[in-house]
Amino acid sequence: MNLLFALLFYAATLILVGGVAYRVYEYARTPAPLKIPTTPAPTTTGGVAFRMFREVVFFESLFKSNLWIWALGWTFHLGLALVLLRHLRYFTEPVNFIIAFIQPFGMYAGFAMAAGLAGLWARRFLVERIRYISTPSDHLMLALLLGIAVTGLLMKFVMHTDIVAVKSFFLGLMVFEINPLPAHPGLYLHLGMVALLMIVFPVSKLLHAPGVFFSPTRNQVDNPRETRHLAPWAAKFEAKN
Amino acid sequence: MADATTPVAVAPAPTSKPAEKAKVVAPAYREYPTVPALKVDAMVESNPYVAAAVHNESVGFPGTLVDGWEQKAVAKMGELLGKYRSLRVYMDACVHCGACTDKCHYFIGTGDPKNMPVARQDLMRSVYRRYYTLPGKLFPKLVGARDMTKDVLDDWFRYYNQCSECRRCSVFCPYGIDTAEVTMAAKEIMHSVGLGHKYVNEIIGKVHKIGNNLGLPGPALENTLEGLEEDVLEDTGAAVKYPLDVKGAEVLLVTPSADFFAEPHVDSLIGYGKVFHAAGISWTLSSKASEAGNFGMFIGNYEQMQKIAMRVREAALELGVKRIVVGECGHAWRVAYAFWNTLTGVGAGANDPFAIQLQKQLDQNYKQPSHICEVTWDLIQAGRLKFNKEANDHRIITFHDSCNVARGSRMGDYAGGQFDIPRNIIRAVANHYVDMSEATTREKTFCCGGGGGLLTDELLDLRVKGALPRMEALNEIVQHNGVNFMATICAICKAQFTKVLPYYGFKMSMVGGVHQLVSTAIVLNNEQ
Repeated sequence: MNLLFALLFYAATLILVGGVAYRVYEYARTPAPLKIPTTPAPTTTGGVAFRMFREVVFFESLFKSNLWIWALGWTFHLGLALVLLRHLRYFTEPVNFIIAFIQPFGMYAGFAMAAGLAGLWARRFLVERIRYISTPSDHLMLALLLGIAVTGLLMKFVMHTDIVAVKSFFLGLMVFEINPLPAHPGLYLHLGMVALLMIVFPVSKLLHAPGVFFSPTRNQVDNPRETRHLAPWAAKFEAKN
Repeated sequence: MADATTPVAVAPAPTSKPAEKAKVVAPAYREYPTVPALKVDAMVESNPYVAAAVHNESVGFPGTLVDGWEQKAVAKMGELLGKYRSLRVYMDACVHCGACTDKCHYFIGTGDPKNMPVARQDLMRSVYRRYYTLPGKLFPKLVGARDMTKDVLDDWFRYYNQCSECRRCSVFCPYGIDTAEVTMAAKEIMHSVGLGHKYVNEIIGKVHKIGNNLGLPGPALENTLEGLEEDVLEDTGAAVKYPLDVKGAEVLLVTPSADFFAEPHVDSLIGYGKVFHAAGISWTLSSKASEAGNFGMFIGNYEQMQKIAMRVREAALELGVKRIVVGECGHAWRVAYAFWNTLTGVGAGANDPFAIQLQKQLDQNYKQPSHICEVTWDLIQAGRLKFNKEANDHRIITFHDSCNVARGSRMGDYAGGQFDIPRNIIRAVANHYVDMSEATTREKTFCCGGGGGLLTDELLDLRVKGALPRMEALNEIVQHNGVNFMATICAICKAQFTKVLPYYGFKMSMVGGVHQLVSTAIVLNNEQ
């Protein structure tokens, strides 16, 4: 089991990092031949950075769009962010004081994360429009995330695992040593699902995370009259004219 | 011709329907803006006419559906994924959150679930997943991936021709996914395998052959303009000129060809002429570039869009003008504002010889190109125009933001100027102005229902239904404020509303241009 999980996490990490890096490379090298910011749009680079910041941190467009989806989605993402930060303590020694400071918040953020996910999932059944657009993979993705949240919460509050051993397992992986992992069904489930999530990340809708930074309607400066914007493939047409 | 008085149109319920189109019925207003229940396949019968071979070929596409179109369509998709970052990212980024599902006017008007923006995108995304992603290749059912089949192609033709590329959904998407980009790509793919849209391709053919969308040849244009000069002289006693092909004029005005004879469009053209006359600015129209519209955008075809835009560059170089000004036309302004600098070098800030040639000629003290509303507003602020506002007192006016101006362009120096400048002009020339509900104006404006190359009679049912949210907002202020005039700065909006207003019980003369109002109130020098 120790070896299996060690190999699984090496593979998952490679796929996650390599896959996302490849996707980002693809997005970055594909030109945006025309200026298409959704206006009104910022007229300066600083303005665009501020727009992206509001979009990524507060989900501004979603807030304007639908308060229910925004509340559930933002709760889930904020919860997830805190939980992820909290988990850094299992991968670092000594633990950074900020990470130590947020431990109690991170613990309860797990509940927020699960509640947000449950609400988002309920919408896929209860709202006719959302039911219509949902694919099996949409359900599975929510099941996977909720499974990770629930098994994590169970280990924290109900059936504890030997967290010190878990930490030594992951610290060991970083220096290519395989230390024993506690034989705990909840832990196996938790880690297995996390690895699966890492593996599907680069080929799934989870690409919305890097994708949003490359969205031309959001990241372009509204200055087409002031600056000439030309993609390499489009410049070739000019030679013909 | 200049000023038709518009009586109040009170519409208790949309019951009026012209007899010859008994099939087309306006949907009832919603009591509250609730989201309609899904009506699966409600619009499955809505198909535009397929372009004949001659129309496809005249624009450089295969005449009819080519052999092996399935592979060719998939290959074309691959090509576009490599050329457009928007498409590349938007195919991956959607999480099916549903934020866009109730934002499209065609969905609100029809209830057809495939008119929800995400479902419209998924018509293409399902094929993308099948051929360009690993899970789609391995487990198509799981991720909703589909083969490129005739059924899929038929759905594309139906539903990508039920999108007016108005970008309202992109305002509300947390990732800014713009369905217009997907629709344009789908149309580009369909055209590349020989499945063209008759209305749009016919028009593009006319632009290349004759110079404008309406196929109005040079001599007819000259005649029309002379007629306008006579009319204005008779109405006002002022010798306002409507010049054509005048070398050395300061301003080249490029306007939608509907302005030359369609009602109410022509009243705005009369207004532009009066503004230039009153301000003493020399200007000219061009017979070569007698069309601001650019339907190349609607089919997402960069080459066509550029070819059409090049007429303007050539006319500007030939006539030696210092400024290029665009008339009241929504998508044309998006192309002019956002794309002309890229396509033809009309603008500033270039460092390549092609663009510098033109940019050196243009007067860089002005924005290039400028919208006619920017020109008029600047003149008003400089005190160079005088108005008799009372001349518009028979009108209680509202303003419909046209989608391409609102969400795809700008006017003036700050973000959102495209909302304020037309309203400022209206307030400067008239005493009674009322805004429609803020959920339906500015960047949240609803499309008129006829944009994106859908302004054709065989799609009338769709157009009437798609106008529902705008008609509801209009009806509200007609009831409460007695509004009797809806100003707009788009030739398509004007034509669409003229056709569709009667289905909702309003007079078609209720719609008009901002410069129609300017025209009514402006004080011309000769009168004093």
